[in-house]
Amino acid sequence: METVYNISVFTENSIGILNRITIIFTRRHLNIESITASESEVKGVYRYTIVVKTDLDQVKKVVAQIEKQVEVLKAFFHSDDQVVHQEIALYKIATESFVNGSTEKIVREHHARILTVDKEFTIIEKTGQPEELQELFNELDTYGVLEFVRSGRVAISKPMKTLETYLKELEA
Amino acid sequence: MKIRGAEAVMQSLVQEKVETIFGYPGGAIMPIYDALYDFRDTVNHVLVRHEQGAIHAAQGYARTSGKVGVCFATSGPGATNLITGLADAMIDSTPVVCITGQVASHLLGTDAFQETDVIGISMPVTKWNIQVTRAEDISGAIARAFYIARSGRPGPVLVDITKDAQFGMVDFSYEPCTKIRSYQPTPVVDEQSLHEAAVLINQANKPYILVGQGIFLSNAEKEILDFAEKTGIPVASTLLGLGSFPSDHPLYVGYLGMHGNYAPNVLTNECDVLIAVGMRFDDRVTGDVSRYAKQAKVIHIDIDKAELNKIIKAEVAIHADAKVALLKLSALVHQNDHPQWLQQFRDLEAVEKSEVVDEAIHPSSDQLKMAEVVNLLSEKTDGKAIVVTDVGQHQMISSRYYKYRGNRNNVTSGGLGTMGFGLPAAIGAKLGNPEQTVVAIIGDGGFQMTIQELGTILQSKVDVKILILNNNFLGMVRQWQQLFFDRRYSFTEIVNPNFTAIAKGYSIDALKIEERNQLDDALSTMLNSKGAFLLEVVVEQEENVFPMVETGASVSEIRLN
Repeated sequence: METVYNISVFTENSIGILNRITIIFTRRHLNIESITASESEVKGVYRYTIVVKTDLDQVKKVVAQIEKQVEVLKAFFHSDDQVVHQEIALYKIATESFVNGSTEKIVREHHARILTVDKEFTIIEKTGQPEELQELFNELDTYGVLEFVRSGRVAISKPMKTLETYLKELEA
Repeated sequence: MKIRGAEAVMQSLVQEKVETIFGYPGGAIMPIYDALYDFRDTVNHVLVRHEQGAIHAAQGYARTSGKVGVCFATSGPGATNLITGLADAMIDSTPVVCITGQVASHLLGTDAFQETDVIGISMPVTKWNIQVTRAEDISGAIARAFYIARSGRPGPVLVDITKDAQFGMVDFSYEPCTKIRSYQPTPVVDEQSLHEAAVLINQANKPYILVGQGIFLSNAEKEILDFAEKTGIPVASTLLGLGSFPSDHPLYVGYLGMHGNYAPNVLTNECDVLIAVGMRFDDRVTGDVSRYAKQAKVIHIDIDKAELNKIIKAEVAIHADAKVALLKLSALVHQNDHPQWLQQFRDLEAVEKSEVVDEAIHPSSDQLKMAEVVNLLSEKTDGKAIVVTDVGQHQMISSRYYKYRGNRNNVTSGGLGTMGFGLPAAIGAKLGNPEQTVVAIIGDGGFQMTIQELGTILQSKVDVKILILNNNFLGMVRQWQQLFFDRRYSFTEIVNPNFTAIAKGYSIDALKIEERNQLDDALSTMLNSKGAFLLEVVVEQEENVFPMVETGASVSEIRLN
């Protein structure tokens, strides 16, 4: 059965490793729903959050192939209930809509933030889960959203074993 | 004292005890070739005729010698010509280090002359690759390359070195690589799973061992023999495992897979415990996986964790080096024998003998058949020649009828099925094993895919015996067209050149035969010739290889005809 899986990958900081990871998906005709990357709490170790919709058997094999890459330290997969996840979205709307419409009320109700106000446009930020971000989009869009971008998911797993512990095991 | 990056490449290779390099020069690798000029007495560089030839030769060298094969190529087309060989080495776990020249670093990404993104292109077909843009990074990259290529599940590695890095000056020092934090090639065997495996094996009535190339790669030939002899369990082999268990041993029951032997395929679906060691359940071995050994409890030993539970769900998955696991497992299992079970194999073997083998090796037809040629070669060489094959019918016939009794004397392109592999791989095998007879068995189609390497044989005086089994067809495809495409022979009939004349053009002695009564003498002439020899044997045009597990069929549905 197809489910959303959150794959977390920890890698060394080397050129090309992202490509090595993504081709594992491409080769299996698997679409990546979202992917984010940043340095982790350990200097020099990078973490990727990759969201895919697939079945358990496939995600296990994909994670095994990812972990097999020489510069991958560790890879895990979790279902949605095993992680805490968030996304960030930015919305660009016409500043005019604050004057003529009820944009201000919408922003307040959604607990969104205003980042920048320009004569012509205003940038609004909201963090949350995709449905919440979409809901805000839908409401704002009645006044016209000029631009909309979502960050893709970042996720942290609930199990407590730390990256440091894994690194110590690898270095032992 | 500072030396050039190019010399650092050569010094690093010397540190890794590289004796032989297969390569082809070009613009972006010229500084390395210039440095090589000073090493021409210590390192044997073999000039090939095409970079694909270089990497297949490096593969043949690596597979037979157990050392890492090394090749050089220039940027752009030189590098892209390596790709087929990289893919082949990747899927067949062959340790190869390729060093490619690259345009100067300031030209990267500019579509400079002979610039190609070889790192990007080779990524899916290398175990690891790296681009080096500074002379001081060269020795570290090469040290890692060799460590990664040969450790764990071996594989191909590519090091791309920009021209400015080759020209740059560096204080050379060499530190062999022995550890990489993110890479754990030597698994610690889980004792618990070994105990679980031993319990299954000790209780089994019809246990069955499948061996693959992992036996060679972990040097576990003795350990598998000891394990099988102690437990009395019959042993079958995959294509790449042929020879890892002696073919004349009473426990050896044959060759697995699509064109393998009858008994080992059929009885896969009758065993109660299946012990797979250093093999990966390729689809050519399993047939329909949903009907593969469903009745059996599977114990799978492999050094590549990603292979465990990939195709066949294992009751006990043992992530380990084959040698280590077999040593430990042997201590845990009881002395046993399984005469009735073994007899089942012998009974089916008799069926295959009377229905397939007898006719194949002693044909009643007028025309020569491939199997009789290979069978006679096997007898004449006592199963001890290094046999390198190409891909197709002749390959399946060779794996069926050559009785491998040597050490790592079976070289073939398994997973990728690369036509054109045979001739250059044989060159590499010979250079890695100068004392041994090397016979390249090749079809008329595949031979023409890398025929240019006859030039390498000429120039480097490589004593390779080339045995062409010529049926004037792309035989395996033709067989499938006959069986599954209603005999519509779409572009499989092949008009061939005069092979012996071509060989003679390269100063290689050659002979062509078409009659059975010429075969014995012709094979002797080939084997006794001083230096390279080409023997073309014209064989029956529309011969089919049987037995056969058809696509979608179960291994137990293997056809005898």
